[in-house]
Amino acid sequence: MTKAPKLSAFVLSLPAIYKDRWRLVALVFATLVLIPVLVVISSFFHPEKEVWQHLYEHVLGDLLLNTLWLVLGVGASTLLLGVSLGWLTAVCQFPGRRILSWALLLPIAIPAYVTAFVFIGLLDFTGPLQGWLREAFGSSDWFPRIRSTGGVILVMSLALYPYVYLLARNAFATQGKRALEAAQALGHSRTSGFFRVALPMARPWIVGGLMLALMETLADFGTVSVFNYDTFTTAIYKTWFGMFSLDAASQLASLLVIIVFVLLILEQLSRSRMRYTQAGRHQETGRIKLKGMTAWGATLFAVTVVSIAFIVPLMQLLIWAANVFADDFDSRYLGFLQHTLMLAGIAAVITAVGALLLSYAARRNTDSLTRTCVRIATIGYALPGTVLAVGVFVAIAWVDRTLLQVLQPIMQIEAGMLLQGSLLIMLVAYMARFMAVGFNPVDSAMQRLPLSLDDVSRTLGVSSLTMLRRVHAPILRGGMVTALILVFVDVMKEMPITLMTRPFGWDTLAVRIFEMTSEGEWERAALPAVTLVLVGLLPIIFLSRHGNVNE
Amino acid sequence: MNNNALLELRNVSQSYGDLRVVQDLSLQLAKGQIGCLLGPSGCGKTTVLRLIAGFERLSAGEIRLNGAAVATPHFSLPTEKRRIGMVFQDYALFPHLTVFENVAFGLHQMEKSLRGPRVMELLEVVGLAAAANKYPHELSGGQQQRVAVARALAPSPDLLLLDEPFSNLDSDLRERLSQEIREVLKSQNATAILVTHDQHEAFAMADEIGVMHQGMIQQWDTAYNLYHKPNSRFVADFVGKGVLLSGEVIERGRVMTDLGGLYGELPDAVGVGQTVDILLRPDDIVHDDASKLQATIMHKAFQGADILYTLRLESGQQVLSLVPSHHNHKLGEKIGIRLEIDHVIAFRRT
Repeated sequence: MTKAPKLSAFVLSLPAIYKDRWRLVALVFATLVLIPVLVVISSFFHPEKEVWQHLYEHVLGDLLLNTLWLVLGVGASTLLLGVSLGWLTAVCQFPGRRILSWALLLPIAIPAYVTAFVFIGLLDFTGPLQGWLREAFGSSDWFPRIRSTGGVILVMSLALYPYVYLLARNAFATQGKRALEAAQALGHSRTSGFFRVALPMARPWIVGGLMLALMETLADFGTVSVFNYDTFTTAIYKTWFGMFSLDAASQLASLLVIIVFVLLILEQLSRSRMRYTQAGRHQETGRIKLKGMTAWGATLFAVTVVSIAFIVPLMQLLIWAANVFADDFDSRYLGFLQHTLMLAGIAAVITAVGALLLSYAARRNTDSLTRTCVRIATIGYALPGTVLAVGVFVAIAWVDRTLLQVLQPIMQIEAGMLLQGSLLIMLVAYMARFMAVGFNPVDSAMQRLPLSLDDVSRTLGVSSLTMLRRVHAPILRGGMVTALILVFVDVMKEMPITLMTRPFGWDTLAVRIFEMTSEGEWERAALPAVTLVLVGLLPIIFLSRHGNVNE
Repeated sequence: MNNNALLELRNVSQSYGDLRVVQDLSLQLAKGQIGCLLGPSGCGKTTVLRLIAGFERLSAGEIRLNGAAVATPHFSLPTEKRRIGMVFQDYALFPHLTVFENVAFGLHQMEKSLRGPRVMELLEVVGLAAAANKYPHELSGGQQQRVAVARALAPSPDLLLLDEPFSNLDSDLRERLSQEIREVLKSQNATAILVTHDQHEAFAMADEIGVMHQGMIQQWDTAYNLYHKPNSRFVADFVGKGVLLSGEVIERGRVMTDLGGLYGELPDAVGVGQTVDILLRPDDIVHDDASKLQATIMHKAFQGADILYTLRLESGQQVLSLVPSHHNHKLGEKIGIRLEIDHVIAFRRT
């Protein structure tokens, strides 16, 4: 019912765009996301028989099964970890709660592919733990294999539970205790109140966090590569760079996009249900005081999670990095670092500026066209890097061919590549992927700049550039800085887009990690990994100091 | 035409597409006066204010400030050159500036050494001198409101516009603050125009009030006249409580109702034998135990000093009566009432 008129209204309002440059801005950014997606999806509707035949016979079954197990396993364990820890830190009181509620976010600073190779290095047959077990007990055969479906699920859950944890904690903190009291007043026990009131009320947030975690799971490339666990992302990479079949890669990407869209729809639905029933601060005094063993049990649980997911991997990385520092800290390392910083810097600046323009467009226009455009432009967080890499590459290759056809007769250029092989593909893909990361902080700063501030400035005799300088810039500065930092860090850690679209010679830290881990050289991947983790800690420290880590 | 008017709107209209939001509206405001546009939401009152401010361009008519045209359909003086101040519904304080800096914001053309004293002078007037170094989010709603007023007054604008300035405050504070702000405006000899849907606010603040409906001013008058001499059913209904009691014109200037005969000025077009509706305010009907006229109590609303009774007459028509609260009667009880009516307001049946 509602879809059809929306679409027709969308099409009808297209001519109006040219009258308003802010709408045009929104449309441009939406197009940047839409084109790679459409390119990829269109390959689903134009299947090539031979390609499909091959995929169907040899890989598809395994890919689907592997993906299914991964999604189920990561989903269940992030839910379990995220909801329980969220409830404990938001509503209960136990020793160390304050520090732990913050420390439980730290694992987000370690890319999952780093945790992955650290765990394999530690827990594999040749690793120190099993070696010690053999020395102490004579055998370690009973020890579960880390290179298994369970191992991948464990590593990913430890890296991704913070998404569920953060959203669940916020939901519980704002309404958990109150919901429980309401239930108790109606004669429910605490336990039944939790399951019948608090949990259902927090469900939209929990589902939202879960969907984010699952999107990351589907998008993941690095972790599954380390484990040699074939999923769509690794299959896309292998068909493109192993079999040199861009068509097959697109076909696989189109399937992945369809799976992702299911999650995206679920996430958007849960988002629209997020309504805080009651605003205001959660009161410290109102916590449930856990007693004795229960309290220490809660502390132990949280400490264990933080240790396994953050402290142990970081320690192991530091030890390895120290071992190889003398050999690995050389001009090549500095080259990787320089490339990484440059790419992340450029991407952060263009994405933050793009987010600013998009946010202005949304501020000026509240019509459905602009809102739709903003939604599309910020949907890239759901799209796996492998999909965007393929989509942007195919689109730009087409532009290249067209440009060449037009330009060759005029300018006598040799056949070759104009845009391919430049940084453009990479930067467009980064921007599409991380636009939401930049947009959210900028847009929440923009909420503090309602149009009435422009009006009031004008009544006070201040307009145009002076108004930008005296009112807009100081209000938006914080949001812009946050956007720059977040995008910077995300691009630094990004693996598949960088790996698949980097121009020759543009190896980054993430690429170095990929290369070293694919040869099983865990120690030699440690120095770049430590660098990424330390930089990844920046936003957590920065945001928690500015008190909005919750956003 | 009065040429001393500080603000004058001549036949102003405004449309969005086919929707006519303001229709052929004219008004004048003399220097030092506080005017008010009162009306339900969607009546176009905020649009009028935004037209005066210059945030929107008008479709027809003319707006003059200090005798000079500032807006016609072909010309619009930019807001920043109109010498107006505005107080917004959401206050629109700059979140990144302190109270002092907010008030100083519009003083950029004043000599630097004079700015500080001017800011402090206004903060004294609104009673917030002690909060000069605080940020807006540290203030209560009422304090933010006063900062917004001080900020708008600081550059000594010719005209101050207030858009629903008290709607975000609770009713207690609203009443107190509207009187306070009136005193501040009067002390600065400011000319102001206020927009609100709340008649108590309008009564407390304004010298003259225009009741707006469907983009037009129905009546421009004092609060007393709007209440006691409304010129239309809409104004009678919108301002104050009351009921319309039907009656028959039995001779020129005399109407017979269920409560007896009434003498008064009737609309010109009403002839003998026609039915009219008489406006009865709750204070027009007085409780009198000695009266032969009896009515049954249907509802009662305790209001502190008074009780507002809804009474049913023997004919079945209902009226309201405001009775001192020590006359506490039960529902269903019959009480004696008497008419005490100064102005008979009659509306023709259409």
